[in-house]
Amino acid sequence: MAWTGKILRVDLTAGTCTPEPLNMEWAALYLGQRGLATKYLASEIDPKVDALSPGNKLIMATGPLTGTMASTGGRYSVVTKSPLTGAIACSNSGGFIGNEIKMAGWDMIIFEGRSAKPVYLHVENEKAELLDASHLWGKSVWDTDHLLHNEFQDPLLRIACVGRSAEQGCLYAGVINDLHRAAGRSGVGTVMASKNLKAVAVRGTKGVGNIRDMKAFFKATNDAKAVLAGNPVTGEGLPKLGTQVLMNVINEVGAMPTRNMREVQFEGANRISAEAMLVPRESDGKPNLVTNAACFGCTIACGRISTIDPKHYTIVNRPQYMGANGGLEYEAAWALGSDTGVDDLDALTYANFICNEDGFDPISFGATVAAAMELYEIGAITKETTGGLEMKFGSAEALTRAAELVATGEGFGRDLALGSKRLCEKYGHPDLSMTVKGQEFPAYDPRGIQGMGLTYATSNRGACHLRSYTVSSEILGVPVKTDPLTTDGKPELVKAFQDATAAVDSSGLCVFTTFAWTLEDIAPQVDAACEGGWSPEKMLEMGERIWNLERKFNMDAGLTAADDTLPKRLLKDAAKTGPAKGKVNELHKMLPHYYEIRGWTPDGVPTDETLNRLSV
Amino acid sequence: MLKALQLEPEKCTGCLQCEMACSYENEGVFNPSKSRIKVFNFHDEGRFAPYTCSQCSEAWCLHACPVEAIVINAQTGAKEVIEDVCVGCKVCTIACPFGTVNYNADSGKVIKCDLCGGDPACATACPTGAITYVDAEHTGLARMKAHAGQTIPKT
Repeated sequence: MAWTGKILRVDLTAGTCTPEPLNMEWAALYLGQRGLATKYLASEIDPKVDALSPGNKLIMATGPLTGTMASTGGRYSVVTKSPLTGAIACSNSGGFIGNEIKMAGWDMIIFEGRSAKPVYLHVENEKAELLDASHLWGKSVWDTDHLLHNEFQDPLLRIACVGRSAEQGCLYAGVINDLHRAAGRSGVGTVMASKNLKAVAVRGTKGVGNIRDMKAFFKATNDAKAVLAGNPVTGEGLPKLGTQVLMNVINEVGAMPTRNMREVQFEGANRISAEAMLVPRESDGKPNLVTNAACFGCTIACGRISTIDPKHYTIVNRPQYMGANGGLEYEAAWALGSDTGVDDLDALTYANFICNEDGFDPISFGATVAAAMELYEIGAITKETTGGLEMKFGSAEALTRAAELVATGEGFGRDLALGSKRLCEKYGHPDLSMTVKGQEFPAYDPRGIQGMGLTYATSNRGACHLRSYTVSSEILGVPVKTDPLTTDGKPELVKAFQDATAAVDSSGLCVFTTFAWTLEDIAPQVDAACEGGWSPEKMLEMGERIWNLERKFNMDAGLTAADDTLPKRLLKDAAKTGPAKGKVNELHKMLPHYYEIRGWTPDGVPTDETLNRLSV
Repeated sequence: MLKALQLEPEKCTGCLQCEMACSYENEGVFNPSKSRIKVFNFHDEGRFAPYTCSQCSEAWCLHACPVEAIVINAQTGAKEVIEDVCVGCKVCTIACPFGTVNYNADSGKVIKCDLCGGDPACATACPTGAITYVDAEHTGLARMKAHAGQTIPKT
C-alpha cells in the first residue's frame, strides 16, 4: 500500500509531537489528501468553531501517490476551517514539501491548539520536534527559508512557512513552500500563524515504497505520462506558455473579468499575457520568462520562473528582487492585472514576488485591490483612507504599493488584508464585493462561461476555479465541447467536474493533468499503488462522497443555500462586449436542478438518503 | 560502441524523475536522498542542472580505494563499487574531484553511478531529454550541430 500508515499529531498547546496510525477504514473511503484530511477535520472539530481560535485544527496531508514516480505526484493539501469564508478550506500546493513529508514517513500532520510563543516544526524522518521560532517571527517567507537552511546547514531541507501578512492577520494569507509554491487560497496561512506556528521544515530520507503492484504501477504511470506528453495542452501549451496560455484565449471569448468585473474584456490583455512574457525587454534584451520549472515529479512543468526589468521603478537599487523567481501564473496575472486594469507586466511580476515573499494569495489580493479601486472611484474611500495612495484603476503604483502594505500589515494594508467582502462592507458598498461566501473570484467571468457561475455559487470553499473547472469543457472542449453561453446540461457538467476533481485532489496528483487525463487514466495509477480496487467509478463515487462531506461541514458551520449565489453584478448587469454581450449569468436556471441531481433538498441540504448512500 | 550519459542542463525542469528512477533502480524505493544522480536548482538564475559521475577513464576514486572495491565494468566503462568489498572508509569520496561518489549511512558503503549496467534508468525516466545515453565519443554532437548550423549562410 502506498500510504505510510502514519500520522504525526502536533499539539501546539502542550508542545508535543505524537505518532499515531492512519485510520485505514477512512483511507478506504477517502483515499488521502483532500478527502481524508477533510474527514479527519470534520470528525475532530466543531464546524462552528472560530477559525482563528485554538479549537480549529490545521492538517497538512499527502495523497497515496505523493512521492512516487507518477507524473505530478508531489501534491499536498492544507485543510482547515477558513477565516475568510467560515467554510471548509482546502488549499493544494506542489513544489517539494508534500513528497518530503511522505518520504519522512508521514501521510499527514495534524496541528491542534495554539503555542504560547512562536515555534516551528522540524521533522527528520521519525524525529519530530517543536523548536523556538522567536528569531523567525516577523520575517518574510524568503528570509525564513534562508535562515532555516543556514541554521541546519542543509540545502536539501524542505520548508513550508507563513510570511508577515499571515502574522498580521491578513485573511487570505497562504502557506508558502519552496519560496514560491503556495497553498494559497482561503487563508490557510492565517490559521497557521494564529497557532503561532511559523514554519514546517522537513527532511525525509526513508523514501516511498510499498507500491501494491510495482509492475502495474510502472505500466499505468508510463502510459499516463505518454498521454500528457502527447496532449497539445499538457505537452506543448503549458510547458511553453504556462497557465498564462489562457490570457488571450479567455479575453477573446469575452470572459476576462476586468476592473472589478465591470467588464468582460481587457484591452491590455496582450501586454500581460504569456506571449508578452517572451518578448525581450529594451533595457537588458532579456524576456520576463527565464525558464519553465517543474514541481516534484511533474512531466508537464508549467511553472514560470521570471525576472523583473532591472530598470523598472519597483526594483531600482533593490538587488533582492533582481534575481529569477516565481513568475506570473494566469490567475495572478489576471487578478493583479486585468481586474485592477493594470497592464504593466513588470509591476504585476513585482506584486507577484511580494505575494510570494510575504505569503498572501494574489487572486484575493488583486480582487480586493480592484474593489478598493472602485470604492475610490465612487468616492467611498479617499486619499485620507488610503494614506495618500491614489487607488485608481490602471495605476501600477497603487497596485505595487498596496502589495507592500499588505505584506507588512501597515496603513491601508490593514483594510486591504480584510479581503474584498469585509472591505466593501466596511465602506458601505457590499454590492461591490466580487465574492462568493467571502472568497474572491478567479479569472473566468460567469457571464461568458455559464457553467462557471454554478461552479462559483456552489463551490464548497467560496468562489474558486479549482473545484470544477468547466472552462475545460465550455472553452477548450475537454473532454467534450459544450456551449459556454447556455445553461443546458451545466448542472450535470458541474457535478461531474466537482466529483472528479475531489478525487484527483485526494490522490497526490495535480488537477492540471486533467487537461489530458480523465479518471480512466488516473484510476489505474491509484489502483496499482493502493489496495481497494480503485476503478474510475469508485474514484468518482469517492469524489461525490467528499463533496457531500464538505457540504455537510459547511451546513453544520452555519452556511445555507442563501450562500450559493453570485454578486448582483453578475446576475443583473449584462456583459458589454464580446461574444457574451448582453448576457448575465443565469444561475437560477441551473441551481434547482443541481440540488436535485445532487440528492439534496430544494434548500440545498444533503438528504439522509444521499449521505447514507455515500457512507458519509 | 562505448556509451556515456549526456547531460543537457538547459533542457532540465527540475522534476526529479531521474532521482526517483535512480533510487528505485538501486534501492527499490522512490527516494531522491539515495539517488546517484542529483538535480541542482540554481534558483536565482532560473537554471537547473542534473549531475552525476562522468566515469573518468583514470578514475580518482578507483585509484584511491585501499581495498580495490571499485572496479571497471569492461562492457560499459562504468566504475562500479563492489559492495561486499567496500569498507566504507570514504577515501574515494575525498578523492573524487566532482563529489559524485557518496556515502550511504544505511548500508555503511559508498554509492555512485554504475550506468545501471548499460541501461541507465535516469535517462529512460527523463521527460525532457535532458539526460540521454549516447555514443561516448559524441556527447557534444547536438551542440556541435547547432553551431554548425550557424556556418551555413542564411538564404
